[in-house]
Amino acid sequence: MINLLIDRFVKRKVLAVQEFTELLVASARHAFNRPRYLVDTLVQMDVIGFGSLPIVLLTGFFTGGVLALQTYRTLSTFGETGLLGQVVALSMVRELGPVLTALMVAGRNSSGIASELGSMLVSDQIDAMRALGTDPLRKLVTPRLYATLVTLPLLTVLADFFGMLGGAVVSMSTARLSSAEYWTSAYQALEFEDVFQGLTKPFFFAVVVALVGCYFGLHTTGGTEGVGRSTTRAVVVSCVVILILDFFYTKFLIAVGFF
Amino acid sequence: MNPPDAERSAASRDRSVSSTPVVELRHVSIAFEDKQVLDGVSFRVGAGETLVLLGVTGSGKSVLLKLILGLLKPDAGEVLIEGQNLVPLSEAQLYPLRQRMGIVFQEGALFDSLSVHENVAYRLREEGLKDEARIEQQVREVLRFVEMEQASEKMPAELSGGMRRRVSIARAIVSQPSIMLYDSPTAGLDPVTAHTINLLIAKLRDVQKVSSLVVTHRLADAFALANYTYSAEKQALIPANTDGGPGQRVPTQFLVLRDGATYFWGSTDELTAAQDLYLRKFLV
Repeated sequence: MINLLIDRFVKRKVLAVQEFTELLVASARHAFNRPRYLVDTLVQMDVIGFGSLPIVLLTGFFTGGVLALQTYRTLSTFGETGLLGQVVALSMVRELGPVLTALMVAGRNSSGIASELGSMLVSDQIDAMRALGTDPLRKLVTPRLYATLVTLPLLTVLADFFGMLGGAVVSMSTARLSSAEYWTSAYQALEFEDVFQGLTKPFFFAVVVALVGCYFGLHTTGGTEGVGRSTTRAVVVSCVVILILDFFYTKFLIAVGFF
Repeated sequence: MNPPDAERSAASRDRSVSSTPVVELRHVSIAFEDKQVLDGVSFRVGAGETLVLLGVTGSGKSVLLKLILGLLKPDAGEVLIEGQNLVPLSEAQLYPLRQRMGIVFQEGALFDSLSVHENVAYRLREEGLKDEARIEQQVREVLRFVEMEQASEKMPAELSGGMRRRVSIARAIVSQPSIMLYDSPTAGLDPVTAHTINLLIAKLRDVQKVSSLVVTHRLADAFALANYTYSAEKQALIPANTDGGPGQRVPTQFLVLRDGATYFWGSTDELTAAQDLYLRKFLV
């Protein structure tokens, strides 16, 4: 029974981690030698980055807005509504901006990548690519990895800004704060450490978003039904890993005395 | 039931195979998890010859083609392409060998996001050809060869099953490979379209002297390839001349796989003369 458990579960999970690490190393390394697929990378930046812009901006705006609404009620009992800008800015830049942006992009793109590569795999297009002299990792995975690495931090910055904008709209309309009060509070609250952690997290999340999608897509089995399974797994795994990674990265920054 | 005696046809095979086979498998075995898919399979294909692979679904025919391309590595045995064993080679080392081969997958495996023209030009671009005029010319030539020139700008989703196979053949032959692999090229096609595909396979074999490995379920197609040759004059298949001279029969071998092992390996005549009950099922 224990042997069966080790064989069926533990070995497979360890193998999956090993394969994922190999995928990460190989796809990252391919950017440093030829052939490079720059056009494919630009296309993926358009699909992943520009394509995700509306949902990321909407998510950021309404998250900032609801954050201001919720904290306004608490702060008003202490007469500290002037801190609304600070609360929204810190929450958005440190946590909500990077995490929610990554979750939205994962929901949209990890699934998209997994289904696209999975469909290519089950219809023999990946084998055809290899037969025609192309390394599928170089052609399919590396462009998606680097496109996500470039666009996710940019999307996070925009989500942070739109979050603060949402907070500003609520602060001015509900809490009757002036625009100057809100933005001064927000600006003065932010320190280098906050911006640093808020802008380094998206790089880790980008690796998860792109490579989890690629991993499940390239390990699709069971025809078109398997493509559906890979897509679901890619979204679930990437979202869960993003949240776990966020916790441990924050813990790490605290442990090394970063803030 | 005992497999037919492989020794029986060894002499004729040795005569038909030229000194260095273009494709040779030596005691190749491969398993996926607990399932043994191929078990000690050996065969040789000489230059310009055709090998027809027969077997029921799941007998390992498609796996065999992927092994020959180096897309899969066997657990045991050797896969030799023009004398070079590709088993110990890395993926990068395999690319020059794969340039000598073309494959037509069962459903065509065309790239959905590229037009017919770009699908066919793909290999040329990957091989580093930059001259657009030359790419255009070569693509046009092979599309004309498969009679698909008019569909050059169409997307794969707009093509019928037969058209997809023809484009797939064009994509495979654009860099003039010496070995062609066909994975059930006529599966699911109507008899007229299947005949067109057989005509193209025979045309490649007889005009360009390409060695072919054809996986098929349709024995009628296999016998058509074995007993007919392509006439450039009539642009059609004509019965092969058995008395020597022009238009003579191209050496064709048949390999029947059963439960992952070689069940029969011999010539057309040996297969048609076989009294073995399992083989007779293919011939009915």
